[in-house]
Amino acid sequence: MILVTLIAVLFVGGLVAWFSERISPTMPRMVALIAVILDLLLMFSLLGAGDTGARVATFEADWIPRFGISFYFAADGLSILLLMLTAFLGVIAIGAAWGEIKERSGFFYFNLLWTLAGVLGVFTALDLFLFFFFWEVMLIPMYLIIAIWGHENKHYAAMKFFIFTQVTGMLMLISILVLAYLHYVQKGSLSFNYHDLLTVSTSGSIGMWMMLGFFLSFATKLPSVPFHSWLPDAHSQAPTAGSVILAGILLKTGAYGLIRFTVPLFPEASMAFAPYAMALAAISILYCAKVAFAQTDIKRLIAYTSVSHMGFVTLGIYAWNEQALQGAIMTMLAHGLSAAALFMLAGGLQHRIHTRDMSQMGGFWARVPRMTAVAIFFSVAALGMPGLGNFIGEFLALIGAFQANITMTVLAAFGLILASVYSLWVLQKVFQGEYRNTDFDDSHLTDLNRREMTYFALMMLGLIWMGMYPQSFLDMSEPALTQLLTSTQGVAVALLQGAL
Amino acid sequence: MTITAADIYLLLPLLLVTGTVVVAMTAIGIKRDYTSAAIITITGLLLSAIAAAVLMPGTNQQVTPLLIIDQYSLFFTVVTCASAMFIAILSYPYLLALDDNREEYYLLLGVASVGAVVMVSSNHFVSAILGLETMSMSLYGMVAYTVHSKSAAQHPLEASVKYLVLSAAASGILLFGMALVYAQTGTLAFSSLIDLSDSSPGDLGNGFTVLALLMITAGIGFKLSLAPFHIWTPDVYEGSPLPATTYLATIGKVAMFVILLRFMEASEALAFEGILTVLSLIAVASILAGNLLALMQENLKRLLAYSSIAHMGYILIAIIASYYAEGRIGIEAVTFYLLAYLIMSLGTFGVASMVSDSSKEYDSVDDYKGLFWRQPVLAAIFTAMMLSLAGIPLTVGFIGKFYLFFAGVEGALWMLLAAMVIGSGIGLYYYLRVIYRMLEPAPESGAFNRSEQTASAFAVVSVLFVLLLVLGVYPAPVIDLIEAISAYI
Repeated sequence: MILVTLIAVLFVGGLVAWFSERISPTMPRMVALIAVILDLLLMFSLLGAGDTGARVATFEADWIPRFGISFYFAADGLSILLLMLTAFLGVIAIGAAWGEIKERSGFFYFNLLWTLAGVLGVFTALDLFLFFFFWEVMLIPMYLIIAIWGHENKHYAAMKFFIFTQVTGMLMLISILVLAYLHYVQKGSLSFNYHDLLTVSTSGSIGMWMMLGFFLSFATKLPSVPFHSWLPDAHSQAPTAGSVILAGILLKTGAYGLIRFTVPLFPEASMAFAPYAMALAAISILYCAKVAFAQTDIKRLIAYTSVSHMGFVTLGIYAWNEQALQGAIMTMLAHGLSAAALFMLAGGLQHRIHTRDMSQMGGFWARVPRMTAVAIFFSVAALGMPGLGNFIGEFLALIGAFQANITMTVLAAFGLILASVYSLWVLQKVFQGEYRNTDFDDSHLTDLNRREMTYFALMMLGLIWMGMYPQSFLDMSEPALTQLLTSTQGVAVALLQGAL
Repeated sequence: MTITAADIYLLLPLLLVTGTVVVAMTAIGIKRDYTSAAIITITGLLLSAIAAAVLMPGTNQQVTPLLIIDQYSLFFTVVTCASAMFIAILSYPYLLALDDNREEYYLLLGVASVGAVVMVSSNHFVSAILGLETMSMSLYGMVAYTVHSKSAAQHPLEASVKYLVLSAAASGILLFGMALVYAQTGTLAFSSLIDLSDSSPGDLGNGFTVLALLMITAGIGFKLSLAPFHIWTPDVYEGSPLPATTYLATIGKVAMFVILLRFMEASEALAFEGILTVLSLIAVASILAGNLLALMQENLKRLLAYSSIAHMGYILIAIIASYYAEGRIGIEAVTFYLLAYLIMSLGTFGVASMVSDSSKEYDSVDDYKGLFWRQPVLAAIFTAMMLSLAGIPLTVGFIGKFYLFFAGVEGALWMLLAAMVIGSGIGLYYYLRVIYRMLEPAPESGAFNRSEQTASAFAVVSVLFVLLLVLGVYPAPVIDLIEAISAYI
């Protein structure tokens, strides 16, 4: 029941925030903050429950019995980690919007909370119809956030974001329906229940097609080359809070989908497809790192680095062993924080000087020392400095992937070098050198205020914790991963024997 | 053939609609009064909807060879009468300021509804044609209704004549097809067309039957504005006054689809490979043509006309699936989607006609610029309708699309499903464009006010909005109902 409460709090909170604007324009942000913090507190009651690998807080009720569809929510260690990340970044996003969103704030926080509610649903729904339902529900408010509060080219960006994710989503819907129908053919009843569908035999070409339907949808969201082109547009046009949610949480739903659904539901097809997926991952890492280097728009740059880092996640997932998966999950969590922080910095800069063009920036160290320090910290985190969370994630992912596919792993490892190059390059370009100001009004270029410092400090603490004591996270996800791995083990063994 | 009192009882909804028209006509004859004509029509339609709903449990009877009164036809009688009532309520403020006689509009609307009720209860060529022509004749009048008004902005006469001529030609083709079927089977009731050689009076061969079926398909395709018989649709939609467009786009389509469904099921026409191919091609062509042509429309009515062509194509997939898939999933999908289509189309046109009246229609997409900030509630409803047409969750359109996809999957119609995915993808673009236009900052001047609006029209749109959400989030009761009634087809 607690999972339903978590989602309901956000849905209701969103409505209250919308209407509270009539009382005072600052009310909505208070309402939103209270709702998300309430959720975060409620989530602590789930902690510790994931240790055994059992699903906790299961809730099941009939929804559309005609098709065997039910409200079926449950969480395991993996879900709980991602839920906490969502709520934490939710608080951060509200912080990012706090001073930035002045117009129509009620509707903004409504959309923000509904996006978060959709994400929570995605992470906990274990009925595939319900999962798809939430998968789509989180799109519309996100579309509105970009389309209303975005920047100069928002219409194009919002439309592209929506069409990419929605069309690939329909392919996934068809795959889900085929799977449910196969269950009907094989077992005699319609069901969209995750556990029921795990028992469906999905061998042969139909399994491959269905797997591709899921993969396409998740790879677009992740995003992976060649389905990534919506992301730089969406990021550069979205308001800061939108970028935080998009980079920090929404991309992770794609990775979560791959781990939870694509591979376990279609083990055979996924094993066969793994080399190609890993190749796509390696290409994403290298190509997008290269493209990032060529950007002058600071937000586009960070967006491309996001695609590059998410490549490690794909790599880890398709290696499908415990180390690699742990690495993928650590990368998801750490990248969630570091990318969110970088987007907040970029958003903060844009808010102050009204440009994202790096060619106009330079030497900001002298003007904004605190911001520079924060930027150095998160850039260094993103490039994978040992001692911070991103290092643990990418390192584990590479170790695990090395056991599965040496060529692709070696190629992907070069991404770490490119990451250092572009990260340091940005720092040089924006913060170091001579301060010059010819093209923009710098009267608002002030250093980070106390509120902003608080948010960045929280995220820094998180990254240091992940880097110094990753075991606390690994312990939570381990039982869940063991279960997923055992469920596909039979197929892996059979394939190996066949290969020998 | 004698008609018993029990039969009359079953015909009550039809008789009530007919009676409504007579009463309204008499009332107008005694004293012209716009309000009372509207109230009589609205009440009559409401009563017949209630009567049909009351009759629904346990009724399944052929009343005269012409009409089948079963749960399926009664379900659609309820839906048709309720929709007609909604349109009547929406028409009231629209025509209030018309500088011409306004009362007869409700007679036309009533007579059209008589035709629609006959159509949804028809399993016989004669009643199908009678119902269809009754409805079409009234629609010609409704389309041209503002023709004598000096201030009417549209071209109702052009629309009406275009519709009249093309519709009559299509009816001719349809009748020819029916005659050919009659030559084969010797009966005008919908009956199986396969394996005729033993029972038919003159065995004219399969080629003959296929020709007949093609003519019927072309005739029905015209009425449903399926590609390539869709050319008339945008012009007529654009030229007609909004309430008439609404009637044409909703009840006109739905009633025709019920006939198509019954005919396809009874005649087993899909067993002919040629017909199957033709219908599949028509479906794909409608989906692609509708969506592609809608992309560049700046006029809301034309946009919705093209989008309705695409939606008819989607439903056709479910009809094709009903042949391949075991069970009744295809029929259920058609039924649910028709209901969903009615709700969202009525809602969309409802909002448009709320902000318009007979002297000035706001039918350009640009007119809706900034609506979200000036009239948030109305804009939210309009947005929901658009999202529903695009098939986004939380709305009834999503459940409808889910049904269609499911039917397609069971029938393994991969190519048609691919067309539907592509079509829906294109569709997103123009639906979102309308939504985006509403989100833009409001212009300083030149936009409409809500002063003409009446509370009753707003109530209708709100009811549709609630239905849209409730059926989108908790559709189980309606799904059960549709599963039950679909057994009667």
